[in-house]
Amino acid sequence: MKNYDSERHVRGESQFVDDINPPKGILYGYVYYSPIAHGKIKRLNTSKALEINGVKAVFTAKDIPGENQIGGIISDEELLAENKVHFIGQPVAFVVAEDQITAHKGANAIVCEFQNLPVITDAREAAAKGELIIPPRIFALGDVNSAWDKCDVIVEGQTESGGQEHLYLETQGAFAYPVEGGGVKIISSTQGPTAVQRVSARILGLPMHKVEVDVLRLGGGFGGKEDQASPWGALTALAAFKLNKPVKLILPRQEDMRMTGKRHPYSSDFKIGLTSEGKILAYEVSYYQNAGAAADLSTAVLERTLFHATNSYFIPNVKATGYCCRTNLPPNTAFRGFGGPQGMFVIESAIYKAASVLGVDASVIQKKNLLKEGDEFSYGQRAEHCRAARCYEEAEQRYNIKGIRERVDDFNLKNKLVKKGVAFMPVCFGISFTSTFMNQASALVHIYTDGSVRVSTAAVEMGQGVNAKILSVVQKIFSISNDRIKIDSTNTSRIANTSPTAASKSADLNGYAVQSACEIILNRLKKTAADDLSEELVANRKFNPEDIEIKNEVIYCADRKTDLNWGKLIQSAYLKRISLSAQAHHATPHIYFDREKSKGQAFAYHVYGTAIIEATVDCLRGIYEIDSVKVVHDFGESLHPAIDKGQAEGGVVQGIGWMTVEEVIYNKDGKLLTDALSTYKVPDVHAAPKEILIHFLEDAPNPYGPFKSKAIGEPPLMYGIGAYFAITNAMKAFRPGKEFKLHSPMTPERVLLSLYDVSSLTKKQSKESKAVTSVVK
Amino acid sequence: MINFILNDKEIKTLENKGMGLLDFIRKDQHLTGTKEGCREGDCGACTVLVGELAGDKVEYKSVNSCLLPLGDADGKHIVTIEGFNLEELNPLQNAMVEEGGTQCGFCTPGFIVSLEGYFIANENVNAFDAVESVDGNICRCTGYAGIKRSAERIVKLIISNQKKSKNYLEKLVGLKLIPEYFLAVPQRLKKITLSKKRNGSNDRRPDYFVAGGTDLFVQKWETMLESNIKLISGEKKYSGISISGGRIKIGGNTTVTEITKSPVMQKYFTEIKKYFSLFGSQPIRSRATLAGNIINASPIADMTIFFLALNSDITFSNGKKKRKLLLRNLYKGYKTLDKKSDEILECLSFKIPHGNFLFNYEKVSRRTYLDIASVNSSMYVELNGNIITSAHISAGGVAPFPLCLDKTSKYLIGKQGSPDVINRAVEIMLSEISPISDARGSAEYKALLLRQLIFSHFIKFFPEMINVEELV
Ligand SMILES: Cc1cc2nc3c(=O)[nH]c(=O)nc-3n(C[C@H](O)[C@H](O)[C@H](O)COP(=O)(O)OP(=O)(O)OC[C@H]3O[C@@H](n4cnc5c(N)ncnc54)[C@H](O)[C@@H]3O)c2cc1C
Ligand code: FES
Ligand code: FES
Repeated sequence: MKNYDSERHVRGESQFVDDINPPKGILYGYVYYSPIAHGKIKRLNTSKALEINGVKAVFTAKDIPGENQIGGIISDEELLAENKVHFIGQPVAFVVAEDQITAHKGANAIVCEFQNLPVITDAREAAAKGELIIPPRIFALGDVNSAWDKCDVIVEGQTESGGQEHLYLETQGAFAYPVEGGGVKIISSTQGPTAVQRVSARILGLPMHKVEVDVLRLGGGFGGKEDQASPWGALTALAAFKLNKPVKLILPRQEDMRMTGKRHPYSSDFKIGLTSEGKILAYEVSYYQNAGAAADLSTAVLERTLFHATNSYFIPNVKATGYCCRTNLPPNTAFRGFGGPQGMFVIESAIYKAASVLGVDASVIQKKNLLKEGDEFSYGQRAEHCRAARCYEEAEQRYNIKGIRERVDDFNLKNKLVKKGVAFMPVCFGISFTSTFMNQASALVHIYTDGSVRVSTAAVEMGQGVNAKILSVVQKIFSISNDRIKIDSTNTSRIANTSPTAASKSADLNGYAVQSACEIILNRLKKTAADDLSEELVANRKFNPEDIEIKNEVIYCADRKTDLNWGKLIQSAYLKRISLSAQAHHATPHIYFDREKSKGQAFAYHVYGTAIIEATVDCLRGIYEIDSVKVVHDFGESLHPAIDKGQAEGGVVQGIGWMTVEEVIYNKDGKLLTDALSTYKVPDVHAAPKEILIHFLEDAPNPYGPFKSKAIGEPPLMYGIGAYFAITNAMKAFRPGKEFKLHSPMTPERVLLSLYDVSSLTKKQSKESKAVTSVVK
Repeated sequence: MINFILNDKEIKTLENKGMGLLDFIRKDQHLTGTKEGCREGDCGACTVLVGELAGDKVEYKSVNSCLLPLGDADGKHIVTIEGFNLEELNPLQNAMVEEGGTQCGFCTPGFIVSLEGYFIANENVNAFDAVESVDGNICRCTGYAGIKRSAERIVKLIISNQKKSKNYLEKLVGLKLIPEYFLAVPQRLKKITLSKKRNGSNDRRPDYFVAGGTDLFVQKWETMLESNIKLISGEKKYSGISISGGRIKIGGNTTVTEITKSPVMQKYFTEIKKYFSLFGSQPIRSRATLAGNIINASPIADMTIFFLALNSDITFSNGKKKRKLLLRNLYKGYKTLDKKSDEILECLSFKIPHGNFLFNYEKVSRRTYLDIASVNSSMYVELNGNIITSAHISAGGVAPFPLCLDKTSKYLIGKQGSPDVINRAVEIMLSEISPISDARGSAEYKALLLRQLIFSHFIKFFPEMINVEELV
């Protein structure tokens, strides 16, 4: 069991955009972007750039033949800023030169004068000033107002969760070349080939059929290349189209970090009411989402926050309000979990705080409120095949929570400065795009006369293993050797109108589409075989397609092995002029969502699981280690256990990163301070948990997934939230009774500032602090 | 001309010696298995092995090709991922496939090269060190679990293999962990080095001395292409560790790895391996030099902080004249030094710690490993009984340059390490520092953290005398 591409990966033979041998005469692009966060462009002078030897052209908004617009859900974002800039990093001009260094020099030579406008970087400030991208969204169940009276305990609080840089190892990039008839072909590193195609066609003023987008594979995406791969594709297309030359743009890491959006930071207020036994009766929450300067996918991300406001719990009275706040930061975008993690962090914080007030461990409240079969979510759907409690209880038993707690307590008794903490993190995540129309996919399957098979789908391979899953679907249906099957690049000419590879949903949607396409051909083949065998085997006996079965490339008829095999059957079908190709489309049945009412059957199903996380905190230095993450996860009947396990392990570590060391810092002027790998830290091999155990919940078929499987991409990321509370619990063992701010990520800085009082220190400190603002290596 | 072996192929090139090796590999040679993920030494996607002749053997280490000047490949064996490919997957590649060590694949060649480098360079392998060898590689997909499993699998394979071979490299060839051509590389390199002298010194005064390049190629790789640079990393006369006249002398060109492995240093600083495991990553440590660290003058420079507390002096030379000064007197302001551009830092020296001395080094960064310190600090004391007779404390990240806490140190002389004394010392320390808020932490955090690190020094030095609760 392995990833489809992995044999090429380990030999260094997989090609990414920048690895494709460049055609002769290729030119390289560099983006000149706004150095200020908000302002009017008074004068833009590109002549100095054009004087540089080797610079071929500079494109600005005026050079766009079509519409200067890249907004997806809402049309509010220009490809190249024309009159106003809204964030530092917003593209203003595109320089094209013989090589990348010259293009960079060209960009440095551009002179632009601005008139500064006021800058907002904070979501609450934006909301207070009415800078909302859409009116507030509300999800509600029951009636919170009348529920508060029935509560024994009511706890209120505020939480903050930080942004997160995707840090796909392959930076954004694209390479475009002109094709005959005035079209362009774009090789793009995108999760959304159709988005790149649509945006580029719009920019060039061309019909979509003149723009072809091809995606081989991505060196990671994590949501960052869902919508935000489009500008780079469109810029190279623009230049290739205008210059009639191939043009490549690969963003250097720092530029990528500065120009692209990240996971949305949230600031939230909560109010939670419980009985004295810990039953949650009411939960009211307001989310201030920092959307950045344009809508991008923010409204959809916010919606998913509302969907997952109550995580894995049933709460009878809920009111969740979301504010999509426009600020002068790069537009924030999709990131694994898509708003879900932000919502879950708040409810877990509320439970944590309520537990402190009740004097119990948070797990007592968690367990009392886990979803049960038939429970209603705030959006009206009911929990079906609910496995919340099963996963939680299985985790307790399998990993011996009693033993863990005894060990932790014992350690904490013996150690004064180093403390351990443990936390549970249950997760319930809905699977489907919440925009119902996006839940569709198609597949194209060809069988060639030598019996080899070539498959195209809408899914983009970015390491998540979708190609291996598609392959296993094909393999299961045809029962042929894997070597016969090739999964093709994702290409808008072969598969049109693709939904982006996102929402953990691609293996489901495309798996079903491939299944249908294969079945269409299989039925034709069975009929051919039945006819052939009727003639050959027993005279006078007529066989039906139902009598035919293919097992390991051999054709069985009425349970008897025959001389017919895959190769011969394909030959025969071809000679009989039977089509060996099929295209099929799949749309997830039975889902709908009414945005007006915020009610509906939004998800095909939910994924459940629970993690137990242990952390050790050095309370003298404020540093910590994550000791272990022990998970029981509902994978359905896994299509690919090795891949699913890898997704779980990787998701856990990415989630821990978001909650611990990964901190996106902008200053008040909207400048990103953490714009390099030297200042933005993702988990390295040491920061990853020392132990990750993933247990596949047994006997858990999913009636709504291909071959009873479940989606896996996003849900495990949210186990990482448990790391925050494990660290907090360790801190609590050091400072019993102290109340900590609910502010993530829990960096070493926050640990130390939470544990110690600094007011006495800062007074004594000398006043002559030097103003060195840049970050020093 | 630059002449070296790239995988199995001999290269002779007239390309600019200041070109990053990464660009040469990818653009000139079209070997695209080596990836660019950051161009600042922080991701490891560009990792290659550099093999250098040492007697009859070739010694390999992993480096970040984005920071390695092409000129430094001269006379060496450079191995990229392609250089490990056999017809079939080798056992490490196979393990990475089967154990889920690769997802998107972009980081994968770098991890494999790092691990190969470990297996080639260490005859006695163990799982812990094998995993340590990827401390400079970032993977955003796998969470490292599958990579660790793969490393462990190969360690088992090597340990369990009992077949006799002439030498360790042949054993690895037998296990198919490396291709056979490795065996002939020492002979081939000898021919190359014999046939040439080190590219002769330039008459023109260089714009830059490049040692490890781990600062210069991060900050100014484009400038390096257009400048007159002098590569000094190969110059042995400035490297090495020796003892004379009661002092330990370290050449400016000595790398972090060399300092860490030095028996002399290990004798006096028993925890030095632990301290410097917090410095960059293995590939960085094997290139980063002492002089580069001192001259770069970063306020948090780890080696500088270490040696400041030893009251070290440094010796400059401009080819004609030598000049000696205390390291602490080198720094005049933010990145301003008492140094002329033609001066080379030849060596650093400090008095051999003697009598009843204690030394400790502390570093805290956002991410514990492969990160720049938020604050770091070293402390050296000599004792007479329990009384401190000499003290030097240094602190990084709390001033425009690496700082000596003079007043604090002076106060401690004649005192014992009691909570009262420590708290008073902290008060004095606070009057000496001027931290700023930046991406590595707020000013108040840095002040607090330095206090904690000073506590840590004392708790380590005087565990019996300090009641921890009184301090924290
Ligand atoms: C990923 C990464 C991680 C890092 N981690 C750390 C860390 O944890 N701690 C830390 O302190 N630093 C760290 N650094 C910074 C850097 O590695 C060190 O400062 C290193 O010691 C620099 O040495 P070098 O030989 O590579 O310097 P170079 O880049 O070669 O040179 C740096 C400067 O010193 C000058 N110079 C070099 N040698 C001499 C000489 N003999 N005489 C006169 N001038 C000279 C050069 O001209 C240049 O101005 C890191 C860097 C990277 C890229
Ligand atoms: S490219 Fe990241 S370390 Fe070289
Ligand atoms: S496999 Fe994608 S970064 Fe490691």
